[in-house]
Amino acid sequence: MDRRLIENFDWSIIWALLAIMCIGLLSIYSALYPQIQARPTNNLFIKQLIWLAIGFAVMCGSLFFNYQRLRTLSPWIYGLVLLLLVVVLAIGKEVHGSKRWLEIGGFQFQPSEFMKVIIAVQLAGYFSSQDITSFPGIKKLILPVGYVVLPVLVVLAEPDLGTAISLLAIATTMILFVGVRWKYLAILTLTVMPLIYPMWEHVLKPYQKRRVLILLSPDLDPLGAGYHIRQSKIAIGSGMLWGKGFLNGTQTKLHFLPEKHTDFIFSVWAEEWGFIGCVALILLFCLLIFLTLRVATRSRDRFGSLVVIGMSALILWQAFINIGMVIGLLPVVGITLPFVSYGGSSLITLCLAIGLIENVSMRRYVFQTR
Amino acid sequence: MKTKSNKFDGLKLINWENQESISFQKQYILISAVVLLITMVYLVRLWHLQVILGQSYRFQSENNRIRVEEIAAPRGIIFDRNGVPIVENRPAYHLVIIREDISDLEGTINELARLCERNPDEFFSIVEANKTTPKFVPLRLASDLDRDCLARIEAQRIRLPGVFIQLEPKREYKWNGTAAHLVGYLSEITEAELRSEKYQGYYSGEDIGKVGIESAFEKYLHGTRGGRQLEVDAAGRRVRVLEEELPIAGRNLWLTLDMDLQKTAEAQLEGKTGAIVAVDPTDGAVLAFACSPSYDQEKFIRGLTKDEWIVLSKDPSHPLLNRGSGAAYPPGSTYKPFVALAALQEGVINPTSTFTCPGYFQFADRSYRCWKEHGHGTIAVERALVESCDVFFYQTGFKLGVDRMAQCVTMFGLGERTGIGLQGEHPGLIPTSWWKKQATGIPWQKGETISISIGQGFDLVTPLQMAMGYAAISNNGNLWQPYVVKKIEGSSADEIDEVKPHLKRKIPIDQRWFDLVKKALAGVVERGTGHLIRDPLIPIAGKTGTAQVVHVAQGANRKLLEKLTKMKDKDHAWFIGYAPASDARICVAAIVEHGGHGASAAAPLVKNVIQAYLKDIHYDGQASD
Repeated sequence: MDRRLIENFDWSIIWALLAIMCIGLLSIYSALYPQIQARPTNNLFIKQLIWLAIGFAVMCGSLFFNYQRLRTLSPWIYGLVLLLLVVVLAIGKEVHGSKRWLEIGGFQFQPSEFMKVIIAVQLAGYFSSQDITSFPGIKKLILPVGYVVLPVLVVLAEPDLGTAISLLAIATTMILFVGVRWKYLAILTLTVMPLIYPMWEHVLKPYQKRRVLILLSPDLDPLGAGYHIRQSKIAIGSGMLWGKGFLNGTQTKLHFLPEKHTDFIFSVWAEEWGFIGCVALILLFCLLIFLTLRVATRSRDRFGSLVVIGMSALILWQAFINIGMVIGLLPVVGITLPFVSYGGSSLITLCLAIGLIENVSMRRYVFQTR
Repeated sequence: MKTKSNKFDGLKLINWENQESISFQKQYILISAVVLLITMVYLVRLWHLQVILGQSYRFQSENNRIRVEEIAAPRGIIFDRNGVPIVENRPAYHLVIIREDISDLEGTINELARLCERNPDEFFSIVEANKTTPKFVPLRLASDLDRDCLARIEAQRIRLPGVFIQLEPKREYKWNGTAAHLVGYLSEITEAELRSEKYQGYYSGEDIGKVGIESAFEKYLHGTRGGRQLEVDAAGRRVRVLEEELPIAGRNLWLTLDMDLQKTAEAQLEGKTGAIVAVDPTDGAVLAFACSPSYDQEKFIRGLTKDEWIVLSKDPSHPLLNRGSGAAYPPGSTYKPFVALAALQEGVINPTSTFTCPGYFQFADRSYRCWKEHGHGTIAVERALVESCDVFFYQTGFKLGVDRMAQCVTMFGLGERTGIGLQGEHPGLIPTSWWKKQATGIPWQKGETISISIGQGFDLVTPLQMAMGYAAISNNGNLWQPYVVKKIEGSSADEIDEVKPHLKRKIPIDQRWFDLVKKALAGVVERGTGHLIRDPLIPIAGKTGTAQVVHVAQGANRKLLEKLTKMKDKDHAWFIGYAPASDARICVAAIVEHGGHGASAAAPLVKNVIQAYLKDIHYDGQASD
């Protein structure tokens, strides 16, 4: 093994990641405390530990090949995952009225999670090809937009708004990073804006309108989304400056907070560790993102940079959208907090993302003789 | 070659490296700026929530709790045509506990059982069954408490934390059993219905209309449930309402039914099995819809036990059967006016053509008997209707043929669903030669034409169809679609949907044939088979009918047979009449199962209904000349 590979491994990313993961484990432990007491050996906390182990294995596994190979492989993988998404729609397992899970041999996973990674790799491959410059012309943008729109439509049909938003956020960040001419942005805005009103009036059915309105203003649905947000705010606010202390949160223990170990895990942390804990967690996320951006700037080629930008965007937007919705600044859509929320598919995807970032970091020297 | 291209790539990459670190620098700065900006906004927000408002949130989390409570929407009320409520809502009180708020669960349950005068084990088994549901979820121990029990619990509630009384509107059938088959009943939504498209937005445990108007107008009657976010104290008592979404009550229905007439009609059927349907011949509005025997709608609201259901569904008199539109009978002689109209229109007979009735009609070695043993002699169509001569119609029908007869008769709505909109409507059956070949594989037999000419054989009709058909005769060929709901009221005064009568078709038969048949139908009551119900004040027109239930063997002595047969083998008695004869305002069809003769068993019922109705609208007897 080349010594430089190990030299260029970015340990600081791993330290930041471990710190965030510890916060995640503490929060899940607290959120699920009644369950853990009832079943010490078989509970979701134990399961999350197993997921973490699998995540690390995936992360290590993703270091051992040169990321350049993804350039040729990615169209195939992209096609396969897209196919899986369609299969999920057809025969997938329905949970809470939406089809997201595929079950193979008693093991469930969400193909839409893996789409988040592969879409970034696919776009990176496209934008790093020889004939693409930054600020590409309109003809060069049609294909990447198609790459994004297809899976977004399939995921929306599941329906899984959260994943669709993640995919769009990742792709938009990457396209903006490569550069979009002001002219196109202006044209896009000018064509979409006049369409919004007629769409709203004539295409959407009343119940769909209501759903959108509830998304924007949860108070319209005081028994559903409004209830979540109110309970979440009470949990966060009651943490005050220093928090109630580990395992002392009452909102979570008394079941007032729904989905506390998944989408609303941040409220659990905020209630028990207060403003100080929140600042620490948010700064850790900032640190992680800046460290990954540093890898992007140092990367040996444009493909590497773009892959890393895509992975950072995945972590960045999921974290910010999740925290934003939990503190009541953004509408409630189903997006989990990276490395903190409970969930297997999501954790493995994110570990894969970190693995790819490290992979690029390790192979950043230009003159390689192999 | 390969190495060369690799080298070339390498050089190119170096170029990019330099070029891009400059060209992408802006983007890196932009991303970093966005990240920092969002971080700042979030930290400010968190500072606001946790430090500035923290104390108040801390207080809320420690002392107050928020619960979500659902508010059921009251179902729409059903009125009769004059605004008399037929179906209303009453408050029902349920006993509910929230286990989380109860420190001594066993003691509380024992106390509640004592207050309700029930067996504590009943309550414990409910608690046991819900062991896995979270403790903060309200648990209903007893439904629909009676007043005394409610008062006792309310008096003790102050020292019973976690015990609540839940108020819910419940359906109340003001005249239980009256018009039950038309109005229908409610019962709890099933798992399968919850999943179906039709019941989207329904919750488990809700009541839905299962039959009748309650089911047909479910989407108007149901309303939209509301709810409220409550702040409760440590004992679970309500501190204040934070958010409230009021339920939207279901829409009220105004029926075309006349409640007084309905009761009169049902009184006529007291102790009998059968149906009376009264309609307005001028627009098809259903005025009365009585089926007997009826059933207890309240039982469905209270929740039927399995045993009760078995008793009800196995009852040999089938109380749940809607005999007005959901059951079909052979029409017997009430079919004859339609056959006469068909034959006149088709030119098979004219008003003066005669047949001779010797008391029987011989065809292919078989003798078809007339009800009058010694025959009617030489007879034309008017007298044949008045005296209900079978032989005349055997011959007329025979000449007309099965398919021409069916073509004309079905124009009066027989053999097709009337479209009243109640589930389980029977289409009846008017046979054609094609139908028989399809259904049985055997071609039509000529002898069968003879049977169906007097409404026997395959012919099947519902009382509602007959009422509409006779209404169409009385109004010279306007076949209306019967309707029951005339108005749907909304939550606000200006939100009212009036239901417009719907003319199904104008029947293309000459006016002179209508005049002739109507004259004959008036003659039936004036001097013919229906003379028993003649009323000097109100001229009634109509037709008697006696539908055979058992096949009478050839040549058998009918009178002897009637004496010998048991009640259940007696014929069905029909009478369909309208009044006033010249300007009909009401048309009534009555059938009494196994009632015997139409003239004696069914006609008086129709007369009473007609009298009650026309008296009500102050008919002065002078409207007809």
